[in-house]
Amino acid sequence: MTVGTAPRPAPLRTGTVVRVGRVSGIVRWRQLVVPLAASVVLVLLSAVSLGRGDFPISVPDVLRTLVGLGEGAQDFIVLELRAPRIVVGVLVGLALGVAGALFQTFARNPLASPDTLGITMGASVGAVAAIVLSGGTLAGFGIPFSALLGALLVGLLLFALTWRAGIDGYRLVLVGIALWSVSTALVDWLLTTADIYDAAAAYVWITGSLNARTWENALPLAVALAVLLPLALAASRSLAVLQFGDDTARGLGVRLQAAQAAVVLIANGCVAFAVSAAGPITFVALVVPQIAVRLTGGSRPPLLASGLLGALLVVGADLVTRTVLPEALPVGILTAVLGAPYLLWLLVRGRRQFT
Amino acid sequence: MTQLLDPGTTAASGRVRLAAEQVTLAYDDHVVVRDLDLQLTEGSFTAIVGPNGCGKSTLLRALGRLMRPTGGQVLLDGQAIAKTPTREVAKVLGLLPQAPTAPEGLTVADLVARGRHPHQTWLRQWSHDDEAVVAEALTWTDMAELADRPVDELSGGQRQRAWISMALAQGTDLLLLDEPTTYLDLSHQIDVLELVGRLHAERGRTVVVVLHDLNLAARYAHRLVAMKDGVLVGSGRPEEVLTEQLLADVFDLEARVLPDPVSGTPMVVPVRRLR
Repeated sequence: MTVGTAPRPAPLRTGTVVRVGRVSGIVRWRQLVVPLAASVVLVLLSAVSLGRGDFPISVPDVLRTLVGLGEGAQDFIVLELRAPRIVVGVLVGLALGVAGALFQTFARNPLASPDTLGITMGASVGAVAAIVLSGGTLAGFGIPFSALLGALLVGLLLFALTWRAGIDGYRLVLVGIALWSVSTALVDWLLTTADIYDAAAAYVWITGSLNARTWENALPLAVALAVLLPLALAASRSLAVLQFGDDTARGLGVRLQAAQAAVVLIANGCVAFAVSAAGPITFVALVVPQIAVRLTGGSRPPLLASGLLGALLVVGADLVTRTVLPEALPVGILTAVLGAPYLLWLLVRGRRQFT
Repeated sequence: MTQLLDPGTTAASGRVRLAAEQVTLAYDDHVVVRDLDLQLTEGSFTAIVGPNGCGKSTLLRALGRLMRPTGGQVLLDGQAIAKTPTREVAKVLGLLPQAPTAPEGLTVADLVARGRHPHQTWLRQWSHDDEAVVAEALTWTDMAELADRPVDELSGGQRQRAWISMALAQGTDLLLLDEPTTYLDLSHQIDVLELVGRLHAERGRTVVVVLHDLNLAARYAHRLVAMKDGVLVGSGRPEEVLTEQLLADVFDLEARVLPDPVSGTPMVVPVRRLR
């Protein structure tokens, strides 16, 4: 194994070159350190979060429970009541962060996110329709499922309406905004026709919340991400070239239409399953990739770091709503409140920093 | 190290590398190029010239498989380019689009390194070859000192050099450039064309370039291809193509053609617009 910086005369300070046999790549330490640090903080924060609540449990006790050495009551509280909530939070943050990074890189537009493109609003249409039109009979599994359908439907519509022998990033954003406003109108219409109890339930859902999540919410999302995340990482190589524009990408040997379709469909899938599990937790997909790219440097939001920072934001926001603020406040409101000032601060602080 | 950058032979062998056969190109129903035949031989340096809207850039796009002909076909080394895997094409044919854009914050070294994309796989993302080729491309184009600078902070001329450096690192023996001197002042136009000329002369690249400036086209290219209204109206050595009659027919321009006092190639001195 050879690890070393470029020994060539030209100053190729792009990163540390790693070569093992025929495998080779460039490691940029900031793109490694940021996800690692985020993972460590995420684990600590999750442990703290698992301990907090009406029945406080210390972090050592939480860790003991997690490795199977806990007692009956603590076991139940940690593993059955709180763990699903945290796991859903981690997975949702991961999915939204990655999807945001995919959309923003692909559209070459930092404002492209599942929120502005109408996909999360599509999930809301599905969920609210299920709540309102079924008159409450579609509780439990029915709401996440129809939310998933709504998000996938809008995602596919977005894809179909944008596709003209390829996808233009600008057109994607315009079509997305149109779909967003149609979906918003549908949600409003459904809410005005609903009776007051259904409307209240629907309203809680469309702000995005981790309250009362169970393993049933976590499982579909976990399975989906097990498939979609490796695909996203595999697509990241062509993504690095897609951001140059269509002609250059094609000139460099990228199968443009296949690569574009793959990126958009993977991102759609991530969002649909995430929103189905926790409702539309807004702002994560928009703000996290921009934070990630500023922390890691480079020219595009890094997928892994975006995912992990997304998880951190959701879990952190959830912890704050449960401990500092009244329980009733949904996590979706806080992600926006926490994320927006940080993005503003980064913008105000001045020029982007480069590796 | 030089061999890494230069696949294939360097001499002008007369072998046809890239050819358009009865190519018709259209945007929706609007036909831009009709039944065009063109052959580009190994080691040649060709400039495509013509008035605005004559279809020269469109033709270049088709030659670079960015656009699919509605009729006829483009052949790369005798094979239909549309049926060759795009990655295989990218190892032989490089192209520089008109006014290409780089993402904000991307460094020159990163841009040039991207030229290695067709040679890389998911596991092999930065081989010794990649490193050597990129380092040499940067040095050769005089961009080594700017390697760590973001592309968006460079001047127009430097930026174009960076892109040419990327095309060089791609290691293709065919190179298509679409108006590489657009938006550049005269001295940077010369700078870029000198660089392209060196790619041809020293690196043995087969070059096709779309150019607006007839005098520069005549000075640097060895063959001119003149187009009007999507049809080929002249092809040959600059002094054969750039005649007063052709300027009148193609550009509606009354002009004198004199020998360029520096290079001896034809030089157009406009008199007035006809019609």
